[in-house]
Amino acid sequence: METQAVFDMLKGKFGDAVVELQGAGFSPAFVVVAPAAVKEVSRFLKEDPALSFDSLMCLSGVDYKEKFAVAYHLHSLKHRHAIGLKVMLPRENPSLPTVDDVWPAANFQEREAYDLFGIAFEGSKDLRRILLPEDWEGHPLRKDYKYPDFYHGIKV
Amino acid sequence: MTTRTDALPTQEMTINMGPQHPSTHGVLRVILTTDGEVVTRAVPDVGYLHRALEKIGERVTYAQYMPFTDRLDYLAAMNCNCAWAWTVEKLAKIEVPERAEYLRVIVCELNRISSHLIAFGSYTADMGAFTPFLYAIREREQVNDLFEMLCGNRLTYNYARVGGVSGDAPPGFLEKTREFLDYFEPKLDEYNNLISYNKIFVHRLANVAVIPAEEAVAYGLTGPNLRGSGVPFDLRKDEPYSVYPKFDFKVCVGTGERGTLGDCFDRYMVRINEMRESVKIVRQAVARIPDGPVRAKVPRLFKPPVGETYFRSECPRGETGIYLISDGSVNPFRLKIRTGSFVTMNIFEKVTRGLMIADVVAVIGSFDIILPEIDR
Repeated sequence: METQAVFDMLKGKFGDAVVELQGAGFSPAFVVVAPAAVKEVSRFLKEDPALSFDSLMCLSGVDYKEKFAVAYHLHSLKHRHAIGLKVMLPRENPSLPTVDDVWPAANFQEREAYDLFGIAFEGSKDLRRILLPEDWEGHPLRKDYKYPDFYHGIKV
Repeated sequence: MTTRTDALPTQEMTINMGPQHPSTHGVLRVILTTDGEVVTRAVPDVGYLHRALEKIGERVTYAQYMPFTDRLDYLAAMNCNCAWAWTVEKLAKIEVPERAEYLRVIVCELNRISSHLIAFGSYTADMGAFTPFLYAIREREQVNDLFEMLCGNRLTYNYARVGGVSGDAPPGFLEKTREFLDYFEPKLDEYNNLISYNKIFVHRLANVAVIPAEEAVAYGLTGPNLRGSGVPFDLRKDEPYSVYPKFDFKVCVGTGERGTLGDCFDRYMVRINEMRESVKIVRQAVARIPDGPVRAKVPRLFKPPVGETYFRSECPRGETGIYLISDGSVNPFRLKIRTGSFVTMNIFEKVTRGLMIADVVAVIGSFDIILPEIDR
């Protein structure tokens, strides 16, 4: 199914929770949705027979300087089509509902986004740091991250 | 003699497996909760090899990032090199000369063979048979020799470039490659006779850690681990890139031939069969490679247009997807690398529940994980 058609379908179903379609320059195109609606939209994308986006290829945190974002790349093995889903988040206390009960594959990648960007996924079954030590300070992939000089007295 | 009458203490025990353990294929730590010999919970703890490759990517140029992709999966550095080049080319819409694409396919498939050889060899060694590992290393050495002839390196190749490859094949390279294929192809039958259908080996793998197809898809398994569950999905066929549509090969899937569909043996066998398909692809590519330049003209101060792209390619350990955001400057604004091994670790806790400790080793080996790719 074409991206525009998916967007129209989502817009018809979820109304204002579906914000915009990022088309030109984006491959694949992104449907931007409101943070609170991400779980319902995800479930619909997965379970609707015409869409059935059964695999979450990639989940990434992004720091756009003025805002954070979480980008989901989805693919359907059944229909062989792909789409992006994006959620824009404020810089202060970025948080959004988890999708690990829709796609179990999300868990590790959500933990990664939490670890490196400090984005909280509400309702996650297991949200801990994954790549960095548990007592690491700060979230390194943020654009305003300050490199520490020492870690436990060891020069970094 | 006294007989002990009080009950033996039987509470669960928590033990560490790794990060320094010969069977975890690198610095993987698994926190095992065991009830006797049975694992009730195995939680993987990753990150010991984190080198902030994504953060580094924001500080170097597109061309300078190429050597870092070697360190992503050092057993399949060619595939990672090419994945990066294809992503940047997709973002900037660069046309690559056909000869360069053929050379990339040749090196990617040779690297897939050498990577699967390590998977095969180390897996059998994990299962207690050391000889096949030596056979695998013997053959892999020849692939390394070919790569050394091509680009001077034996492990971290840094061969692909944005717009092509670093250099044309030297005289004699294609003939040597053909000789290697002729030598290597019969070896696969030798491996099967030696170990694949060995009764003890089959008993260690069959019916262990069965992953049904729907579960494999839901947990985002890719590559041989997904195909081991019987899902015929291969990006080279289903989302074709480069010159792969020009070659005739088959997608290998698990068949449950020695146990249940989606068990460790199926994942193992998919890799063995894929080596045969890779030989087929390289044979066709060597026979049909066109003449011409091997590198498109890309400006030295390369600035791709503003945009976002996601490109995924079939690496030996599943799909490597790169999400690349460009703000029009010389450095990537953000790049995220989704690797097969990292996503595969997500299902680890689920499939190991209730197995014996020795079977946990069988599961790790059947996933063919590599830690630099998990930790990045």
